[in-house]
Amino acid sequence: MGVLHRHRSLTPYLLLAPGLLYLGLFFVVPLGFLAYQSLESGSFDVGYAFTWAWGNYWDAIRGYRGHFVRSLEYAGIATALALLVSYPLAYWIAFRGGRWKNLLLLFIVAPFFVTYLIRTLAWETILADQGPVVRVLRDVGVLGPNGRLLATSVAVVAGITYNFLPFMALPLYVSLEQIDQRLVEAAQDLYASKWRAFLRVTLPLSLPGVVAGTLLTFIPAAGDFINAQLLGSPRQHMIGNVIQSKFLELTDYPSAASMSFVLMAAILLFVAVYARAVGTEKLTG
Amino acid sequence: MNAIAAPASARNRAVGGAWAFVRRHVLTVYSILVFTYLMLPIGVVIAFSFNNPTGRFNYVWDGFTLDNWKNWDGVPGLRSAMVLSIEIAVVASVLATVLGTLIALALVRYGFRGRGATNLLIFLPLSTPEIVLGASLLTLFLNLNFVFGFTTILIAHVMFCISFAVVTVKARLIGFDRHLEEAAMDLGANEWATFRKVTLPLIAPAILASLLLCFAISIDDFVVTYFNAGPRITFPLFVWGAARIGAPPQVNVIGSVIFLFAVSAMVTNVLVQMRREKARATA
Repeated sequence: MGVLHRHRSLTPYLLLAPGLLYLGLFFVVPLGFLAYQSLESGSFDVGYAFTWAWGNYWDAIRGYRGHFVRSLEYAGIATALALLVSYPLAYWIAFRGGRWKNLLLLFIVAPFFVTYLIRTLAWETILADQGPVVRVLRDVGVLGPNGRLLATSVAVVAGITYNFLPFMALPLYVSLEQIDQRLVEAAQDLYASKWRAFLRVTLPLSLPGVVAGTLLTFIPAAGDFINAQLLGSPRQHMIGNVIQSKFLELTDYPSAASMSFVLMAAILLFVAVYARAVGTEKLTG
Repeated sequence: MNAIAAPASARNRAVGGAWAFVRRHVLTVYSILVFTYLMLPIGVVIAFSFNNPTGRFNYVWDGFTLDNWKNWDGVPGLRSAMVLSIEIAVVASVLATVLGTLIALALVRYGFRGRGATNLLIFLPLSTPEIVLGASLLTLFLNLNFVFGFTTILIAHVMFCISFAVVTVKARLIGFDRHLEEAAMDLGANEWATFRKVTLPLIAPAILASLLLCFAISIDDFVVTYFNAGPRITFPLFVWGAARIGAPPQVNVIGSVIFLFAVSAMVTNVLVQMRREKARATA
């Protein structure tokens, strides 16, 4: 019995070992290498040496402040748009979907099954200068006779919004779906209007979905460079574009590595501020 | 009290009813519009797979043709890119699902020290921007003088798939009746036999779901692969390269095939589930 017991208490570690070892080797250790590289100095031709070069971080922030700010701005706007667009949709599926819920959810996920790049190229076609959207907007006068959508912030933010929308819609749906309808009915029985019942019951109860969706959308959006590359011009480039080109084209590894950490720090800061704001809102609401 | 409340609630109900009617339809129309928006680019991808572009840019409609579908691999490099993508996706999804299932079993079944740290380690890759995942692996491989190619792509894909596998299998294991296993043990089955004959068949749907999810994520991955592929070209990398000089319509053909294949598999799955639920409800 004693042997069996000991054997059983070892089992979880044996189950965990291969997977955690793998994540340690190929997720944690690489982050260490990235940190090490970010403090190196030198050049690709001469070779890089570790010198505690904290200056890389200052150079990254000073030289590319615009890119960092733009990344957070674009990601923030796209996240807000995705929330606004998908909340009513998730609500509709959760409360009016009936037995078709799963099928309707499938249509939210469906765009995922067209390769990311192909989806974005399709938007390039739709928003192209000779395409229907630009023609209509020019006719209506929203755009000037030579106005464009491609190579503008509008196109890049629209692309990011579209590409990450399911990350917002699915958690929203999950939290809305779990709401006990009797609570909403109770609020209405107590003379809350439908709108008030929504604001005071449904919305607060769906907040975990809002938080999860916001994080799942914002984090990948802030690091994205594909939308800015395909739908924008260098004036719309985000920090992801800089990191990508420094790593793969300019081979300026220390600079690119320090930028990666600044990006992570910026995202963590946003998450912390956001979590605080949501937390206090919950307390006061 | 009742006399005052009754007319008020009746009016409330009448107004609420009208409001609900309006709102129900506004929401329905709105939802249809959003679905149209979600499907619009997919429609464009499929439509332009039948386009017959005169120049090298497949942006403007120039007439219908089936040639792109007949010669889907008429573009040099497309077939080998597709083959590489499928190979990587198959191997990566199997490896990630095995590792992820073991972790999920440990997390749901056993109490052990370090559970919080384990959960954190599973959660972190999901919340790290892809570009940082790709960049950090690149520095690892560069510093250890790895040869970039199939192995480095595979290592990367297994890494970012594990967390998805754990989350998928865990969700299923939580709702799992442990009495079935205890019954098997009571009837004399040892741990391994119980796992093989009872646990495995019960979690098989979760394992299948994890395999499909990992396959889909792997075959679609661009960013991490871009950093770690070296000279090898997967399908997304092929699209990226082709986009710079004008993507050929064959790219749309492959995109459409993957889309139609995945969606029909999922629709079938959902319909079978609905049918089963209906049968259970009537039984």
